[in-house]
Amino acid sequence: MLAKRIIPCLDVKNGRVVKGIHFRNLRDAGDPVQNAAFYSKESADELVFLDITATIENRKTVVNMVRKTAARVFIPFAVGGGIRNIKDIGVLLRSGADKISINTAAIKDPLLIKRASRKFGSQCVVVAIDAKRITKVKSQIAKCKMSPLALNGQAEGISLPAQQKFKTLTRNTLSAPMNIGARPRPSAYWGGHLTPSSRWEVYVNGGNTPTGIDAVKWAKKAEKLGAGEILLTSMDRDGTLDGYDIPLTRAVSEAVNIPVIASGGVGNLKHLYDGIAKGKADAVLAASIFHYRKYSIRQAKQYLRKRGIPVRI
Amino acid sequence: MIAVINYGAGNLYSISKALEGLGASVKITDSPSVLSSASAVVLPGVGAFDEAMAILRKTGLADAIKRSAEGGKPFLGICLGMQLLFSGSEEGKSKGLGIFKGTVRQFSRKLKVPHMGWNVVRQRNQSPLWKGLPGRRCWMYFAHSFYPIPADKEVIAATTDYGVKFASMVRRDNVLGTQFHPEKSGTYGLIFLKNFLELIHTKE
Repeated sequence: MLAKRIIPCLDVKNGRVVKGIHFRNLRDAGDPVQNAAFYSKESADELVFLDITATIENRKTVVNMVRKTAARVFIPFAVGGGIRNIKDIGVLLRSGADKISINTAAIKDPLLIKRASRKFGSQCVVVAIDAKRITKVKSQIAKCKMSPLALNGQAEGISLPAQQKFKTLTRNTLSAPMNIGARPRPSAYWGGHLTPSSRWEVYVNGGNTPTGIDAVKWAKKAEKLGAGEILLTSMDRDGTLDGYDIPLTRAVSEAVNIPVIASGGVGNLKHLYDGIAKGKADAVLAASIFHYRKYSIRQAKQYLRKRGIPVRI
Repeated sequence: MIAVINYGAGNLYSISKALEGLGASVKITDSPSVLSSASAVVLPGVGAFDEAMAILRKTGLADAIKRSAEGGKPFLGICLGMQLLFSGSEEGKSKGLGIFKGTVRQFSRKLKVPHMGWNVVRQRNQSPLWKGLPGRRCWMYFAHSFYPIPADKEVIAATTDYGVKFASMVRRDNVLGTQFHPEKSGTYGLIFLKNFLELIHTKE
C-alpha cells in the first residue's frame, strides 16, 4: 500500500535554513545539507527546499545547495522559489533535484506547467499554491492598514497612498484578476477568477500579491496542464501552529486526481493526522515542529501508524 | 566502469552519486562505444516514452543497449529506463527496445496518478539482489503513471500493489528493470544498488 508521506520543509535564505511566521520574522535553523541528511536518517519520506531569497543572483547558491544535497542524501527532494522558466527547471533537475515547485511563474504563464511536464515528465512538476481564505472586502482593507504592504513584489510602507492603492486592488481582485506580469492574464483564457462562491484566493510573490484567482479552480487547471502534484499552503495558517486549513485541503484534494501535499500551520501530531484523515491529503508538510525538535519524524510516523494511517517505518 | 546513459532530460546526478558512493567508477555517457567498454550499464529515466526512444535511436544508443543487454553485461533500467526495455507503451506510439516482450499501461484514473511515494516491493523469489533487504516491508520510492505488463510472467522478480498488482521489478539473467528508484529509496535503495554492483563482480 502506498504510504502517506511526511515531508519536512526547509525554507532557505542565502544558503541557510530559516523559519518565520507568515514569511516574516525569520529565525536561523541551520545548514541545508546537514538538515537534509538528518531528516533522511530520521526516515523523512521526502524533502522540500523553498528558496525564499528567490533572486536571479541567488540561483547559483541554490544550484550548489542542490548538488551538495543530492550527492549526500538519497531520498527524493523538491526545490522551489524563484523558478521562472524551463531553463531554470532543467538546471535544477540536472543538478540532482527530483522535483521542482513553481508558484508565481505558473500563474504568470500557466503553459509553463505544460512545457515542463512534456519535457521532464509530470512526476517532477509540483505546482505550489499559496491560498488565503476570502473574507469580506472590508475586513481585507482593515487588515492591510495594520501590516506593511507589498504589491507587485515591491515592499511598501503603510503610507496613505499605498493604502488607497491596496483598497482599489482588493476591490478589483474580487471582480477581475489583476495583471501580475507581461503575459496575458490567466483568466483571459480559462476563467479561473473568483466568483461569489469562491472560498480561497491564490496569492503569489511569496504571499504578497493577491491574484483574483480561485484556489480550487487553479488546482484543477494545473492538473489539466500536466502538474504531477499540488503543494497547497494555507496562508492563514502558515506559522500559526493551529493546524492545516482542513476545508481548503479537502476541497483541493477532492477536486484533483493528483497527489496533494498539505502545508501551513502544523503545531502537533494530531494536525498531521487531521490533514490526512480529514483533509484527504496524500502527504503532509511541516517545518517548525521538526526543525525545533518538538517531535521527531519517527514519533510522527508512530503516531499516524497507531491511528491506522499507512506510513513507511 | 559503469556507464550511465545520458539521453537528455533525466536526473543522472543522483544515480551516479549513489553508485560512486558505493565505490563504483561511473561514466555518464551518450556514446555507444563507451557502452561496449563498460562493465555494466544503467539506463535511468524520467520523461516521455516516445521522446526517449527517438533520442536513443538517433544517437545509436538503442542498438548499443540491445547489444550490451543481449551480450550478457549486467544491465539495470530504472523507471522509464525499465519501461523502454519493453515492446511498446500506451504512453506513446514508438516501439520500445523489445528486450522484454509486453507492454506498458497507464494506471486507472480512479487512483491518484502519478503513483507517487513509498510503496512495498514484494520479492517473488530468492536472489542475491535481495541480500540484506527485508522480505515483507521493503519500502522503495516510486514516481510514475505507467507500469509494465510483461508477456512472460517468469520475468517478474517483484510486485507492488497500487490498485493493481504490478511488476515493480523484472529480471531475465543479466537484465534488470526496476519501476522504483533505488537511488532515491534511502538505505534499502543503496543496499539494492550494492547488490547490483556485486552482480558485476561475480560476473567478472
